[in-house]
Amino acid sequence: MAEETPWQQALRYANRANPYPFYEELRKTPVARQPDGTYVVSTYREIVTLLHDPRVSSDPRKCPAPAATPAEGAADAEAEPITEAVISLEPNIITQDPPEHDRDRRTMMPHFVGPPRSPHLISDLEPEIHRIVAGLLDGMKGKNRIDAVDDFAYPLPVTVICKVLGVPLEDEPRFHHWIEAALDALDFGPEAASEEIRSRLAGGRRAVQDFGQFAADLLDRYADQPGPGMLSAMVNEDGTEGRMSKGVLASNALLLIFAGHETTVNLIAHSVLTLLRHREALEELRRRPELIVPAVEELLRFESSVQFWHTRSALEDIDIAGTTIPKGAPIFLAYGSANRDPERFTDPDRLDLERRHNEHLGFSQGIHFCFGAPLARLEVQIAVGEFVRRVQNPRLVEDPPPYRHNQIFRGPRHVLVDIDGIRD
Amino acid sequence: MTLRATVAELVREFRASGRIVIVGASLAGLRAAETLREEGFTGSLTVIGDEAYEPYDRPPLSKQVLKGWVPADHTKLPRMREVDADWRLGVAAVGLDRVTKQVSLADGEQVPYDRLLIATGTRARQWPNPAEAALHGVHTIRSRDDAEQLQKALAEPPSRVLVVGAGFIGSEVASVCRELDIPVTVVERGSAPLVGALGGVIGEIAAQMQRDHGVDLRCGLGVSSLEGDSEGHVRRARLSDGTTVDADVVVASLGSIRNVEWLEGSGLAAGFWGVGCDAGGRAFDINGVVTDSIYVAGDVARAPHVLYEYQFLAMEHWDNAVFGAEVAAHNMVNLEPHYRPHLLLPGFWSGQFGVNIKSVGVPPFGDEIVFTQGSVEERRFAAAYGHRGRIVAAVTFDHGKWLEYYGKLIEQSGSFPPPPPGWDQPPDMKPMPAEFPDPRVPTGIPDVVLTGHAPSERTAEFRPRRH
Repeated sequence: MAEETPWQQALRYANRANPYPFYEELRKTPVARQPDGTYVVSTYREIVTLLHDPRVSSDPRKCPAPAATPAEGAADAEAEPITEAVISLEPNIITQDPPEHDRDRRTMMPHFVGPPRSPHLISDLEPEIHRIVAGLLDGMKGKNRIDAVDDFAYPLPVTVICKVLGVPLEDEPRFHHWIEAALDALDFGPEAASEEIRSRLAGGRRAVQDFGQFAADLLDRYADQPGPGMLSAMVNEDGTEGRMSKGVLASNALLLIFAGHETTVNLIAHSVLTLLRHREALEELRRRPELIVPAVEELLRFESSVQFWHTRSALEDIDIAGTTIPKGAPIFLAYGSANRDPERFTDPDRLDLERRHNEHLGFSQGIHFCFGAPLARLEVQIAVGEFVRRVQNPRLVEDPPPYRHNQIFRGPRHVLVDIDGIRD
Repeated sequence: MTLRATVAELVREFRASGRIVIVGASLAGLRAAETLREEGFTGSLTVIGDEAYEPYDRPPLSKQVLKGWVPADHTKLPRMREVDADWRLGVAAVGLDRVTKQVSLADGEQVPYDRLLIATGTRARQWPNPAEAALHGVHTIRSRDDAEQLQKALAEPPSRVLVVGAGFIGSEVASVCRELDIPVTVVERGSAPLVGALGGVIGEIAAQMQRDHGVDLRCGLGVSSLEGDSEGHVRRARLSDGTTVDADVVVASLGSIRNVEWLEGSGLAAGFWGVGCDAGGRAFDINGVVTDSIYVAGDVARAPHVLYEYQFLAMEHWDNAVFGAEVAAHNMVNLEPHYRPHLLLPGFWSGQFGVNIKSVGVPPFGDEIVFTQGSVEERRFAAAYGHRGRIVAAVTFDHGKWLEYYGKLIEQSGSFPPPPPGWDQPPDMKPMPAEFPDPRVPTGIPDVVLTGHAPSERTAEFRPRRH
């Protein structure tokens, strides 16, 4: 059996808690061809270059080889990767190229942050987010041990995204299950061929379809009877360029629910974990709460919620870093590695809450820059700021904590913390 | 003590107790002051500004402020850190003596310095006829006060606004007028709006954009005179073709003049084009020799740019003010070889008629243009400028996220035309002439003459032009 590449090693579940030594190895070849023909880009400069290169597509339909092919020899109909199920949905802004991408993003943006319709949407959520965070922390009173994921990191983003989008909170357990099932079946590493993952595939594919149906039904309901939130507005209000088709709308709704659900949880959980591992940073933040803004940027760099992205491909031969990525090749951009690239960040494995020029790739760059970034920033700033302020003497119980299976949306499944109490 | 140790000691001493004076309480002045402190300068710092205000931001003045969204006094620049400076606001610097190392102020005071940063920027070119310029309703727009007055005038609202000059400021004012539903006439001497900055091909698109939004755009014309009523309020303009336009607000957007008059007699290379300096912000004296103690940053600075054949460029861009100030400030408190160059790729943005226009590089350096992405018809596109087979600039309309890509190509001296994108290709990707007006002819009257015969006597002399 051929030796595994650093990338394959980084993707192994056993290395989920600490993929960074493998990334370091990986960066020695900034653009590394993998055995399955994928080109993994791991250095900051090269990733930024490709993020801005109009010869790179984000549309998986334009990529001849399916992204995330199971390891060689394991490919059969049974093992059809989960991405196929995702591709079977209509395109959304993350899987579109211009001009469709630009048009649909432009149509959605005013409902979210854009003037003139909703310039204050995010900032107006601040008191609500404070209330939710305060409620979660109040709920920990009297406890000596908490789970920073289940008790804290998870409930906040879910409540907020449901409110912003207008998704009934009581449906949350259903789509939470679908998201978990889809993510557990989505594997980009050597373990994709394992029995365990293959047995999850059918469930994952079904989950994606059910989730898509759920989004479509919800939009139908809002078309009949408008309600609060962004989804209803998108169904009922025409932008300058008209309305998106029903399928595209549903696909984007799914994307927004998913993205608003998943990444912020991991970011808050990782932030707590990281600060508990770096007591001096935690103390500094307690002393100087105004540092929360740069601190969250540093936490985004340090443990990127999206470790890499997998739907890009080359539409032409692209010369980069001494390599030619051939036309048609899938390109994986390893944000988690770029954010620890010593060529870009001085002493990258050091947590520096006041790091200057911290243009991390935690939200990517270019035309696909994270749509939800302003909301995520606000949520994490408030959540982490209040956690640091109110939780007395937090101690990590288990290090490293258990991790979730998925590699892209990397995050701890639980973070157990012993505490002395909760301040008011 | 070795020489090196002595020099190191001098630098330490200067950082601890030197005197630095910044003339210009502007974006560049503020960022320079912050950088000096950031770099560990703890000596005395004086910032001199002729306006009574703390440093404020200009881009909103011709946009959000005019629309009435933001009051003019809400444009104060955020502070990146404490600067602990002696702010001398509301008093202009009027002279510089390099021998005694003093700046003279309008109130007669002398401010001594060890090192000086010139960041006096530019001012709006006034309407040339003083009597007509004094009419009520005739505005320029550059300062906070200008913006406040014009905003009040637009809120009236006027029956018609006449904008003279369709550069970026003039076009932005016209756009604001249309947004406020005020009738507006734009008179432009050139063939189209924005022609000087972006060339005739883009100018034609900008012209159509203005007309589509109901601007009465008249190109290839000048305004010969302004006429007022008996109360001294402007009522009418007479154009060079003999026609007239009735307007009760006139905005003269005739470009800018560099604030260098106070440097007359200082022996610095200061004139019409700004203050000459090297890429590290060190001012040149009149002979073209670099000075040790005087630095320049922002709109008033004029430095060679490696990417543009080392031509001296003066850039009135926001980024240039910030990064030029940071570089100059860094060099003021460091020694060679720790000097940094200011190698910014120029860039600017403008918002008008609902379109975000951005540019990177130096478009007028190019002679060809090619549309590279998007759709001209829908007014969302990217275009690249070329000069002798290499890309030297790019402009985007509602395609700003691609600027980074073109910036990289320009920095790498990439070939022109650039490689075609994989999607969203414009129908026609053939390069065409960019149609810039002829470059200005050199000034007819020399500002500087050479004197002396023996090599040791050779020197330059400034002969100020009198208008």
